[in-house]
Amino acid sequence: MKLSEKERSMRAGEFGPACSWAINHQIQVGRMFDAEDMVEVSQAHMMADPESLGAAGVAFMERFASQGARVAIPMITDPRGVDLSYYKPLGQSEEMANLERRFIAACMSIGIMMTDTCINYQTIMPPLRGDHVAYGDTGVVIYSNSICGARSNFEGGPSALAAGLTGRTPRYGLHLDRHRRATKRYVVSHQPNDLMEWGILGATIGRMSGSYWEVPVIEGISKAPTSDQAKHMGAAMASYGSTPLFHMVGITPECAAIEDVEGHVLEPREITQEDLHDMYQPFGAVGEKVDVVVFAAPQLSLVEMGQVAALCDGRRRHINTDLIVCTPSQVYGDAARMGFVQKIEDFGGTVLTGTCFYQQYAREIGEANGWKRLLSNSAKIVNILGGYGYLPALASMEACVASAEKGVIV
Amino acid sequence: MPKLLKCHVGIGPKVRGTALVADDNFSARYDLDRINGVFSRPQHKLYGQSYRDVILVLNTAKGGVATAWMLHEMTSRGISPKAILLNSANTILAQGAALANLAMCDRFEHGDVTQLIATGDDVEVNPDAGEVTLYPA
Repeated sequence: MKLSEKERSMRAGEFGPACSWAINHQIQVGRMFDAEDMVEVSQAHMMADPESLGAAGVAFMERFASQGARVAIPMITDPRGVDLSYYKPLGQSEEMANLERRFIAACMSIGIMMTDTCINYQTIMPPLRGDHVAYGDTGVVIYSNSICGARSNFEGGPSALAAGLTGRTPRYGLHLDRHRRATKRYVVSHQPNDLMEWGILGATIGRMSGSYWEVPVIEGISKAPTSDQAKHMGAAMASYGSTPLFHMVGITPECAAIEDVEGHVLEPREITQEDLHDMYQPFGAVGEKVDVVVFAAPQLSLVEMGQVAALCDGRRRHINTDLIVCTPSQVYGDAARMGFVQKIEDFGGTVLTGTCFYQQYAREIGEANGWKRLLSNSAKIVNILGGYGYLPALASMEACVASAEKGVIV
Repeated sequence: MPKLLKCHVGIGPKVRGTALVADDNFSARYDLDRINGVFSRPQHKLYGQSYRDVILVLNTAKGGVATAWMLHEMTSRGISPKAILLNSANTILAQGAALANLAMCDRFEHGDVTQLIATGDDVEVNPDAGEVTLYPA
């Protein structure tokens, strides 16, 4: 890989041991993907919940903090795994909370901003078209690439950290024009309505395209989705397909016409009602008792908080069914000020701040609370939680709140 | 007579072990009980099987970014595969392998790696050379 003079100095240790580790890590990864050089990035965003990190990951960060490492560019964080104001009632242990505390201290020492959000494109600073960034969280990456036109690969925690320390990332994958052209073409005849339906469409296309290196282009969407709808669609597509980029003809910025992404030469594949039903069917469980209803993955925007609050208003959850809502602190303040949090709490729900349910030691909190049957409107979260011992089910936001009220899935 | 499979240059050290193969995809968060070292997702083709110290052979990656940290956490406790071979790695798996110093290779010249290698095969992985060697039983 061709390195600049500054990058060679980083490698030689002139910028400290953390920066030397970071550039060597990037060279290793870049070599695997045939990167010819590095590209400077304007922001980094790191996923690093304590369940993923473990004691080894926390110690790794503390070592850099003790060496005086500092980030070179603005660097922010994905949701945490422990809401330090509400972890004992969830059944999380002091050991989990201490890992979280240690990690936060190390990050802050390095200069990382603890934003703790997976909707930074709605709440912090959305990237612009052509902006090279190093984002973690697949939902953040697919939204930023597809809806904003920014350029990022999936940067796992270690690589996002490396980018934060060096201010650059290996130039491969979605930093290159040739990897942003469409490789799969899908035609939609049914416009999704609610967030769950947008999620199911995203999940269906993700499962069909099925690889990080495939780029779906979607025709037939007659009305542009809202930011929240695109958020659920992208998060589900990335979850099912490891997909980091899609184009929507006439809607997303790199695809005013299908020719712009060279999709016109591809064989079209219709997304049928049967395809969508096949995706939903394993998660249909009407009539079954529900233990916990979860709104998360991605964290809720202010608009979603208002919608959930309006549905909860004047109602009360069933005594055997819990309701958990995850939102970032950037949203929580406004949601509290506008009375949304109070309405959810009056319903008997719990609003967690700066976390996301599946990143919160999902197996352990499920066992501690007796949660088995979980209901959500997020196609992403139901895909994840099967491996954590849950029986996940999918329903609209309205049906989720009604199910929480009745204690059975309606 | 050993059989040589060529692949793209990978990441991590040279290792040898017994293969565990499935035509399925991989995410450490979605698919594994990392405490006990087994596949825990009921829909996964390796459900219930131990991945500890094997040469894990699968199709591609799925899902999120957590696998990057998780490979590091798994190797720190000694409950991890010796290597992961894929038809196509995504960026997360490669980044995780780099941090964990775990052998990983993909893009095999002779076709689908989940068909080229069978469960129980004696396999040596040389990421620097982009080579995987199958030894006869």
